[in-house]
Amino acid sequence: MKVLEVQHVKKHFDGPDILKDVSLSVDSGDVIAILGPSGSGKTTFLRCINFLERADAGTMWFDGRDYDLSHMNRRDIAAIRMRTGFVFQNYNLFRNKTALQNVTEGLVTARHMGKEQAEGIALEQLRRVDMLDRKDHFPSQLSGGQQQRVAIARAMATDPEIIYFDEPTSALDPELIGEVLGVMKDLASQGMTMVVVTHEMSFARNVSNRAILMEDGVIVEEAPTADFFNAPKMDRTKAFLSMLSSYAQ
Amino acid sequence: MSERLIGILIDSFPKILIPGLLYTIPLTAISFAIALVIAVLVALVQFMNIKGLRHLARFYIWVIRGTPLLVQLYVVFYGLGQLGLLLPPFLAGIIALSVNEGAYCAETVRAALESVPKGQLEAGECVGMSYLQTMRRIILPQAMRTAFPPLSNSLISMLKDTSLVANITVAEMFMAAQRIVARTYEPLAIYIEVGVIYLLFSTALTFLQRKGEKALSTYEFR
Repeated sequence: MKVLEVQHVKKHFDGPDILKDVSLSVDSGDVIAILGPSGSGKTTFLRCINFLERADAGTMWFDGRDYDLSHMNRRDIAAIRMRTGFVFQNYNLFRNKTALQNVTEGLVTARHMGKEQAEGIALEQLRRVDMLDRKDHFPSQLSGGQQQRVAIARAMATDPEIIYFDEPTSALDPELIGEVLGVMKDLASQGMTMVVVTHEMSFARNVSNRAILMEDGVIVEEAPTADFFNAPKMDRTKAFLSMLSSYAQ
Repeated sequence: MSERLIGILIDSFPKILIPGLLYTIPLTAISFAIALVIAVLVALVQFMNIKGLRHLARFYIWVIRGTPLLVQLYVVFYGLGQLGLLLPPFLAGIIALSVNEGAYCAETVRAALESVPKGQLEAGECVGMSYLQTMRRIILPQAMRTAFPPLSNSLISMLKDTSLVANITVAEMFMAAQRIVARTYEPLAIYIEVGVIYLLFSTALTFLQRKGEKALSTYEFR
């Protein structure tokens, strides 16, 4: 069942086009890995489809409605964001809130949920990411991996249709990457729909069901994950994968 | 030191301290509270880039920071009086002090707002909060935490600026000291004495500032 479809997304900042014509269709339960060299536009794409950047052009189908990405009004943006989650590269936990308050904030403030009910949900999500024992810590008292796990709990608590991950492990020390990827793998196995911009090849290979290579603002190749890694069609994908594997050796 | 001088100093101490407690402290507290409200509003309309109001905010800061507080006091008290709006001196003092301090504090608060990382706003919007909700619940509390030390600085500075309202007939500490000098002809001792009392007051404020910063440090940012 289709959850989201975006078509012909275009975006430029001051200089050349960052996104030239990017389309993506997401089914329920999909875990889509978006790969590509830095500067390829993958983060901008993710930000455009959650309206952190305004696309120059493009359409979106979500939750039974069509939207024009270049002419979004505030109410539509708010309605869509109520049903999506976003996990940032540098966590962006609210610095003046504890781990627990970070998770309840969106429920209480934006959804007018009672404090008790919100805390019930928050504690359940913090347990899922194994952060229950740190629920009263402020972000500055947590490691990067712990902060990112709270950020994932925060995104999960709003019961989203889809969660976008923008390079969720890129700011982490190597020894902390595993705990975050482990949480994301659990979510995937429980059927959460996820679009993940990442540099973690092992995560893309083992957890995603579809993989996408982006470069210079276009999708070079999109394929089921096994095909993408074992039998890539495009020369550029082969080159990208072999470059990465030569680094790994 | 002569016995007479010691007697004058002891005798004048409560005569200076009591106007301090009755006028200087309330003037400072009330004016600063109003100044803070002005500062937050003026900083917010600039930070949120509200058309029209933003220019008004810049104009206000430009005028107030560019003219002496003493002149502002005279305009509010004597100037408005000429137009028939004769304000009680204490009220005129509060108006001038709070409008003056509000302009300086607005710049402090604006800088603090701008120091909050952009990702905090994005995170708020991504969990479904509106811009205003995110401002109120996330951005402003963090900014006020950052602004606390410089705002404490402004408060201490303001405590001393209240001495200027002696010029518009408010019988605060400094005017009390002037009157005692006129009666005793001991300017050196009495003006040092009033200085010491100001020092006592500002020391208390410094102590409160340290307490406040300690309490706020629970969510110190990295």
